[in-house]
Amino acid sequence: MAVQTPNGFNLDRSGKRIVSGGFLFGYIRFAHFSAGYVLSAGFLLRIYWALMGNAHAMQIFCVPLWRRCFWRELHHEIRRYSFLAVEPERGLGHNRLAQLAMFFMFTQTITFMVVTGFALYGQGAGTDSWQYKVFGWVFSLWPNSQDFHTWHHLGLWVIVMFALVHIYAVLWDDVVSRRSFPSIK
Amino acid sequence: MGDATETFYGVIRRQGITRRSFLKFCSFTAASLGLGASSIAHALETKPRVPVIWLHGLECTCCSESFIRSAHPLIKDALLSMISLDYDHMIMAAAGHQAEAILEETRARYKGGYVLAVEGNPPLNEGGMFCIDGGKPFVEKLTSMAEESMAIVAWGTCASWGCVQAAKPNPTRAVPIDKLITNRPFIKVPGGPPIAEVMSGLVTFITTFGKLPKLDHQGRPSMFYSERIHDKCYRRSHFDAGQFVEEWDDTNARKGYCLYKLGCKGPTTYNACSALRWNGGVSFPIQSGHGCLGCSEDGFWDKGSFYDRLTTIKQFGIEQNADEIGMAAAGVVGLAVAAHAAVTAAKRLRHRPDRPAHKGKPS
Repeated sequence: MAVQTPNGFNLDRSGKRIVSGGFLFGYIRFAHFSAGYVLSAGFLLRIYWALMGNAHAMQIFCVPLWRRCFWRELHHEIRRYSFLAVEPERGLGHNRLAQLAMFFMFTQTITFMVVTGFALYGQGAGTDSWQYKVFGWVFSLWPNSQDFHTWHHLGLWVIVMFALVHIYAVLWDDVVSRRSFPSIK
Repeated sequence: MGDATETFYGVIRRQGITRRSFLKFCSFTAASLGLGASSIAHALETKPRVPVIWLHGLECTCCSESFIRSAHPLIKDALLSMISLDYDHMIMAAAGHQAEAILEETRARYKGGYVLAVEGNPPLNEGGMFCIDGGKPFVEKLTSMAEESMAIVAWGTCASWGCVQAAKPNPTRAVPIDKLITNRPFIKVPGGPPIAEVMSGLVTFITTFGKLPKLDHQGRPSMFYSERIHDKCYRRSHFDAGQFVEEWDDTNARKGYCLYKLGCKGPTTYNACSALRWNGGVSFPIQSGHGCLGCSEDGFWDKGSFYDRLTTIKQFGIEQNADEIGMAAAGVVGLAVAAHAAVTAAKRLRHRPDRPAHKGKPS
């Protein structure tokens, strides 16, 4: 007589797992894929907001590297994080250092993760799936998808690093300058 | 030398094969290719046998070894009846100048009408001197025969991707055939070697219809390379169940669980091994207890360990994989954040700075 546990394993009478019934890794993969879809939808919404929202909404998609004032403000912000300056440069929106990090570590990485994620997903969904038709072109860059598998892993670690720095900077800025999100009431 | 006006059907009738057996063969091949039996029968009755020139460059002959083990169709049918294999120095009777003369003759007589099958690839360094065939660099023979061919079939990973002789640092500068010849219809049949039935199935298709089958983006025949090993793997249920072999000699290995954690390349390898299997459908690597090496994928020698799912990244001086690098980098960032926090705390303890205005100055 077999019993199924909540995590999907079938157990025999002595409590040992029966081979056929489990779907644990399938559920883990399902969680991964659904999170990917939610992330992609959210990112599309963010792009829409960049186009339709106020001036600050565009900040993480467009970094004015060609403006002199950008570099001056960036320099000031680096000095501030190195404890050499106290006053923040800008009052509203991301500071220039944050903007740079958001663009290169968040916006670019998420775009890369969405594209490679759907391409790898398309391999499983089949060459006739819409995911493969829309994103399968990436495999003409590197024919062996093992490379994308590897870079998709690296991308995760970039996001982990970004999250660490991002959350710390928000809290730090709040403690030091009382201007960050947590202080807005 | 085969006669171009001869048909497959004519040849096998002469050999005493009944029409009933012929139609049985057509049905079987049609089923394996997903086609109608009558179209195959009609083509084999009316179309002339296609001359095939089979060249060997830098290779190990594993493709030929695989090919001669084909069971469906039997290799004797493919070789002696279906195609007119005019030149293949592995299995031809002629030798020396006699053999080389066949090349010139075929090139002149069947201009644009013969199939050039290439096993192995040409090395380009030193003017191609690393592979001499019939007293000349192989690359010269290849380009001259390719010029007048109807289509080129690249057998195996050597001809398709480069394989071991093109692995880093590639001292002879061996290149896949399509890097050298770009103006002929081209089909890649990667694998180290390709499965016998894949090879003979393609030969059947090309000789039957006189054209190449549908190819994917990478030039491989869709009918054999459109699904990954992983998609048809009989151990897939263990993957989905999260049941993995953790070490080569553990209980899970004996139970036949999934080999993903031991670096099986099945999820990133397009081939037909898990569907057709090898040696007449007897087994394939995963069924024999070892993960897939990904031998039919581009650059599989240069992707690091066969026992790791992630490509080894060498740019960091020591060989590492993506997760080790990522974790180390995240650790460094974490330490930097902690250090920064400590300095902030220390400064604030020493002297409290005046708080700036609550909203800051306008930008």
